Amino acid sequence: MSTHQRAAAFGLSEAELGRVAEHLGREPNDLEAGVFGALWSEHCGYKNSKPLLRRLPTEGPQVLQGPGENAGVVDIGDGWAVAFKMESHNHPSAVEPVQGAATGVGGILRDIFAMGARPVAVLDSLRFGGPEDARNRFLLHGVVEGISLYGNAVGVPTVGGEIGFHPCYRENPLVNVMALGFMRHDEIKRGTVGKAGNSVIYVGSKTGRDGLGGAVFASADLSEASGADRPAVQVGDPFMEKLLLEACLEAYARDLVAGVQDMGAAGLSSSVAEMAHRAGLGVDLYLDRVPRREEGMSALEVMLSESQERMLLTAAPGREGELLALLEHWELDAQAIGVVKPHGRLRLYDGQRLLGDLPVAALNEPPTYTRDGTEDAETARLRRARLSVPETSDPAGALLRLLESPTIACKEAVFRRYDHQVMTNTVVLPGQADAAVLRVKGTPLGVAATVDCNPRYVWLEPRLGAAHAVAEAARNLSCVGATPLGVTDNLNFGNPYLPEVYYQLQQAVEGLTEACRALDTPVVGGNVSLYNQYRDGSGYRAIHPTPTVGMVGVLPDIERRATMGLKRDGDVILLIGPALGELGASEMLYRLHGLEAGSPPPLDLEVEAAVQRVARTLIQEGTCDTAHDVSDGGLAVALAEMAIEGGRGLQVSLAPFEGAREDAALFGEAPARIVLALAGDSAERAEARCRAAGVPCQRLGVSGGDALRVRTSRGAFSVPVASLVASYHRPLRDALG
Amino acid sequence: MTIAVVRFPGSNCDDDARHAFEFVLGAPVRYVWHRETSLGRADAVVLPGGFSYGDYLRGGALAALSPVMEAVRSFAAHGGPVLGICNGWQILTEAHLLPGQLARNPALHFKCQDVWLRVERDDLPFTRRYRKDQLLRLPIAHNEGRFYLDEATLARLEQRGQVVFRYVDAAGEPTAEANANGSVGNIAGVTNEAGNVLGMMPHPERAVETLLGSADGAPLLQGVLDSLAGGRPAA
Repeated sequence: MSTHQRAAAFGLSEAELGRVAEHLGREPNDLEAGVFGALWSEHCGYKNSKPLLRRLPTEGPQVLQGPGENAGVVDIGDGWAVAFKMESHNHPSAVEPVQGAATGVGGILRDIFAMGARPVAVLDSLRFGGPEDARNRFLLHGVVEGISLYGNAVGVPTVGGEIGFHPCYRENPLVNVMALGFMRHDEIKRGTVGKAGNSVIYVGSKTGRDGLGGAVFASADLSEASGADRPAVQVGDPFMEKLLLEACLEAYARDLVAGVQDMGAAGLSSSVAEMAHRAGLGVDLYLDRVPRREEGMSALEVMLSESQERMLLTAAPGREGELLALLEHWELDAQAIGVVKPHGRLRLYDGQRLLGDLPVAALNEPPTYTRDGTEDAETARLRRARLSVPETSDPAGALLRLLESPTIACKEAVFRRYDHQVMTNTVVLPGQADAAVLRVKGTPLGVAATVDCNPRYVWLEPRLGAAHAVAEAARNLSCVGATPLGVTDNLNFGNPYLPEVYYQLQQAVEGLTEACRALDTPVVGGNVSLYNQYRDGSGYRAIHPTPTVGMVGVLPDIERRATMGLKRDGDVILLIGPALGELGASEMLYRLHGLEAGSPPPLDLEVEAAVQRVARTLIQEGTCDTAHDVSDGGLAVALAEMAIEGGRGLQVSLAPFEGAREDAALFGEAPARIVLALAGDSAERAEARCRAAGVPCQRLGVSGGDALRVRTSRGAFSVPVASLVASYHRPLRDALG
Repeated sequence: MTIAVVRFPGSNCDDDARHAFEFVLGAPVRYVWHRETSLGRADAVVLPGGFSYGDYLRGGALAALSPVMEAVRSFAAHGGPVLGICNGWQILTEAHLLPGQLARNPALHFKCQDVWLRVERDDLPFTRRYRKDQLLRLPIAHNEGRFYLDEATLARLEQRGQVVFRYVDAAGEPTAEANANGSVGNIAGVTNEAGNVLGMMPHPERAVETLLGSADGAPLLQGVLDSLAGGRPAA
């Protein structure tokens, strides 16, 4: 075997294998090379993204734990904290959607309870090819079933999310799962081995060959041959997860645990190496003691297995016996498999025989790469294209077609399959508002969460599009009355070795950085998923770049919150923020004219922050209980959704947009726009607040009746609420059968 | 007065039941692990929802064989109130403390939504705070909630008034559309002949605070407490 072949067999380049040899002072054996290969994979080591990710703002007074741990943690007040993180399971879900998605939920929940928090909610951001295609429906079905079977059984509610459809995801769906957990400040746990002498405890499922090489699999191009990689997809056991969760939380409460980490990507290798690294220590690990479900597994297989529902703990000094007894009470397999040592090495033993001797620091410091990115010429041309599309003569029909866009349409058929109420904290249910809202029992506080991205915006202009994702996520939180606190991001991109993809990644991170700074939402954790692509003719093309933003915020008083549905007849419909939308990169252009072109609308982050602050203040002071942000499909779609959700109509005049194209006024998109509905005197108060903040504000009309009635500069049209409802519900009901 | 909430491995509404009884209604709750052979001091028993043993065999089938179930059986035989919610009803059914069987939903997938229920009798500890024919709004969340039994047994059940709740529409009619999971007779909850064991699919413990949308489940739990307090509504 040539050096090149040997390196490739472990997922390393020849130069990387050379660096491993330098670190060791000798050639690595296969076990050592394999462990390095897994930890230096893109999935574990972030070697292509790390230099870019350093740009992201990660600090703020609210941050209790930034990136680098199992999950980020922010302060929500009253001594309470929220741990949250988002992670992708794209490649496994493409190969086996049910288990791919299920294990995605399992992994992210373990990250949350590894921080010491009790998981309280899951949100997902999903993307598929169009639902008219049977294979895409198969994937959608499978992913929804996987999330449902896992989350429901563990008993953590799935409270929100988004689902988008575009042909670029047909072979490579995106499954990004975000989880949140609550805890007291003093309950934070960390992924560290603690002190020399501590016992390293393995607990959970036995180790098998499932998920072997998953980290390397996730870091390679997805292709036709990937079907043969099915053993790289793991199988989830939510029952085991529930036992692990309860056992771990009880063990923390009894001070039996020094440090804890989930065995995620690259399994035992990464968990033990990372825990040792954070403490600056080493571990002697006895592989013969690792519980196995298969015979004849090699040492490397044991180290790299991604069998699910396994945690690595270190016992608090002197409490090992109690810890093992507690784990046994919860009917879990637990085994002391190693000892923390001061030597800074990861030494792997079979009994007394030393199989491998690895430097912990080097394992955790993979080589990183920066490259030059170049913008794809065709995308640049499309962005600059002059848009000349005819104005529709049937705005009512156009509105219904937009509501029938599967990306906009109601997702109820999906979220009905998720238990969204278990744990009895869910105050705002999926679909009722722009963000989910949970109460924190025993406090007046609420926690809001959302996930967001408009991949078309990012594709056409990555920097601006990524900033839009942050702005919209913050707007969603503001629309329920929450103050945004922090971000977890999931960067889904193509092959970073292609200059066009690297450009997208680079630019998107810049956009995230700018917007997170401006809106005071530091990034406290996240995940990168590269090599997402689809077949196009003879070659492969990257998916639309999709930097999904998960955001968490706090409501100081849960009784003061807003949802989108119109609640009373006679409320004033108020639009705050800049009035007119634009056609570029809009859902309307795509859906009605088949065009993905033009520039996404410009984003003024100061205006965005001011508009959100006004909306938030009005809700938090109790002036307003009905708010909805204007996003995909523009103002007309936003108004229709408020009517649908409230089960009542409204009449509005778009006269303030005199002189503009009618379709831009109705369906054009722009950031920093929020529609409020308020009783008369509250409306005056809202207008006064807008004036004081220098935020534009327009009275559009009034709620009531059983139809959406719109007067524009070109005439008037009306659509019964019942017709809006029918169109809005059809696509996903049809797709899920 | 103590409410025993039995925890099986995989129970996941145990804490919701505890929250409802203890923090909302002020009645102390004690967890009883499924391996225990005695309920200890308990005035009422709750078998909570969840996925006991992962429900890998059949909802409730393994939990029905847990050591604690002998104690539950004996507690029920002595007339103590036993409430099985969702998976708890499946367990009571598998343990033959209640008649019938709970099969998979006809749609073959999990369903989480609010439903209308009609109260069929108001003379049980669980329903004494309701009126007969009263409509309740409660959430369901299950995969295996389709109540089934053969026609002869169903007729006997109806005749003896063992049907406690039915799925109905907003007008109180037990229509096919309102039947959330295809249960025979739109049945959402049944009791034993003695009327001290209740199994139901909807979750009353999730509906005890208006903040979460409905408090229609609170009178059910409060009714149990009233009956324990000696027949008069507790203050």
